[in-house]
Amino acid sequence: MAGLRQRRARRQRILRWVVVTLLAVLFLLPLFAMLEFTTRGAGGSLSWETWRVFFDWGALDETYPILWTGMKASFWLVLLSVTLTLVLLVPTVVWVRLRLPRMRRLVEFISLLPLTIPAIVLVVGLAPVYAWVVYFVGGSSLTLTFAYAILALPFAYRAIDAGLSAIDVRTLSEAARSLGASWATVMWRVVLPNIRSAVLSAAFLTVALVLGEFTIASLLNRDNLQVAINQLGKSSAQMSVAVSLAALVLAFVLLFLLSFVGRRRYRERKTS
Amino acid sequence: MSNSVGVRLDGLRRQFGNVHALDGLDLDMSPGELVVLLGPSGCGKTTALRILAGLEDADSGRIVVGGKDVANVPANRRDMGMVFQAYSLFPHLTATENVEFGLRLRRQNAATRRQRARDMLELVGIGAHADRYPQQLSGGQQQRVALARALAIQPQVLLLDEPLSALDAKVRVQLREEIRRIQLEVGTTTLFVTHDQEEALAIADRVGVMRDGRLEQIGSPEDIYRSPATSFVAEFVGLSNRLPGRVTDDVVEVLDAKLPLVDAATVHNGPVTALVRPESVDVTADPAGTGRVVAVSFLGPTARVTVALPDDAIVVAQMASARLPELPPGTAVRVILRPVPVVVSAA
Repeated sequence: MAGLRQRRARRQRILRWVVVTLLAVLFLLPLFAMLEFTTRGAGGSLSWETWRVFFDWGALDETYPILWTGMKASFWLVLLSVTLTLVLLVPTVVWVRLRLPRMRRLVEFISLLPLTIPAIVLVVGLAPVYAWVVYFVGGSSLTLTFAYAILALPFAYRAIDAGLSAIDVRTLSEAARSLGASWATVMWRVVLPNIRSAVLSAAFLTVALVLGEFTIASLLNRDNLQVAINQLGKSSAQMSVAVSLAALVLAFVLLFLLSFVGRRRYRERKTS
Repeated sequence: MSNSVGVRLDGLRRQFGNVHALDGLDLDMSPGELVVLLGPSGCGKTTALRILAGLEDADSGRIVVGGKDVANVPANRRDMGMVFQAYSLFPHLTATENVEFGLRLRRQNAATRRQRARDMLELVGIGAHADRYPQQLSGGQQQRVALARALAIQPQVLLLDEPLSALDAKVRVQLREEIRRIQLEVGTTTLFVTHDQEEALAIADRVGVMRDGRLEQIGSPEDIYRSPATSFVAEFVGLSNRLPGRVTDDVVEVLDAKLPLVDAATVHNGPVTALVRPESVDVTADPAGTGRVVAVSFLGPTARVTVALPDDAIVVAQMASARLPELPPGTAVRVILRPVPVVVSAA
């Protein structure tokens, strides 16, 4: 019996390694190919010139102005989108849970809609709205923040809602209220500290989404990192692939951090 | 430490859809008094407490605390400490930090806060666990910390919303006695809501029995138990046998016994159903008796004996469990009713 169990465990271990190896090859091979391409020098020799230029941020502005503009735009878009998404979503989801529990399904449905609507369709709808956005706040690329906050809704909503499900928001906020807390204090001192990892998850997912977004920015004629990479691809293929690789690695690191945060949250609950 | 004020709820009404959760509730609480609102689920007791706390709004009526109408004062300015049925400690704070929470909002300095939190945790008997997080505490310990947290802010009124219902029986009894001890010590006017009649009778100065959004009766635990104003109170508080009887001239004749009435003035002559407490029923083994023991329940110091009578009526008697050996199931018995006042309802 014990021998049978050992054999089965060994088989499962081998299977696990086979799957992991296959997946690693599947994911890493293109990345490796990108790295190889960006380090290909004249006559097939190894050259780090592209990466040296990429990391020379002081000169990047002059050597690749499109890229620099795209990176700056994406940096600010990330900050603004995360802020707007969280500022809109956290109080709304908490309020719906506390005061409008019947609306929860509707809010969930609405927040999942962007996931079901193709980006191209979204753009068709957004174009006339953006005519007004341009009219009121100008045509800066940073106005993409509004579209990205909508795109991030499904991911951010899920993350925050899951965090709130893990605590009894109603009782905690009522306890805080009875102790003298204003609604702002309830949010800041009671709700947020208890859904910190959920808020971080929502933020990371939004960052990953904004860094990888191309369709809407391109079709609305705005600049961001992906649009810059696309344009750069026409003049300097190696640099555009290098930037793509860097963006992918950054997104992987963020997702890894996210899973780390998630695991820690799970462990905390398990020990409780 | 005492910060006692009186509380008056005047004609409180609250409707949820078609349901009248409160239907003109009136309640007066003296300073330092512990009133328990007792009633079945849905009778409006928790709604009344939440309205007093400011967590719900009344449709109409007045809420007067310490002589001031607080109906329009938000929950965070009502100065009321509350302990909830669900565990309500903030999970990211230790027991001490939880107790300090309300004091921090009142801008007390760190040293004063810490000292007061320590005193409160000692008062509720949990000083040794001051640095633990809620998830490291048992349910009973969490409710003690919640009580300490509610008392730390020296509230005008302490509100307890079924704080013991999630705890196991032994801890529940222990903690309810401690709540009473602490309440007497700090002297805070307290409203306690429960559906557990034993809990209500054990700790209250006065018990208010609620039904359909209003008070059916309010009085001392003894009054409520011995002189229930209505058959609902008699049946909800304690066990009662429903026995057929006939009222003639201010007494009710039940099983050949003549029993006085709790409220003779409102009862007319004729057939009725008498509500007789099990402890007012005595059963003795008698081969010539018309009753037969059908079941016995051992409850520790006391026991309940269920007797079937010839007309299919069932009587439950409560007695010292030492008497059980003489009354095994199947024994022929005689049922004797003690002449204590009983409540009757229409037959």
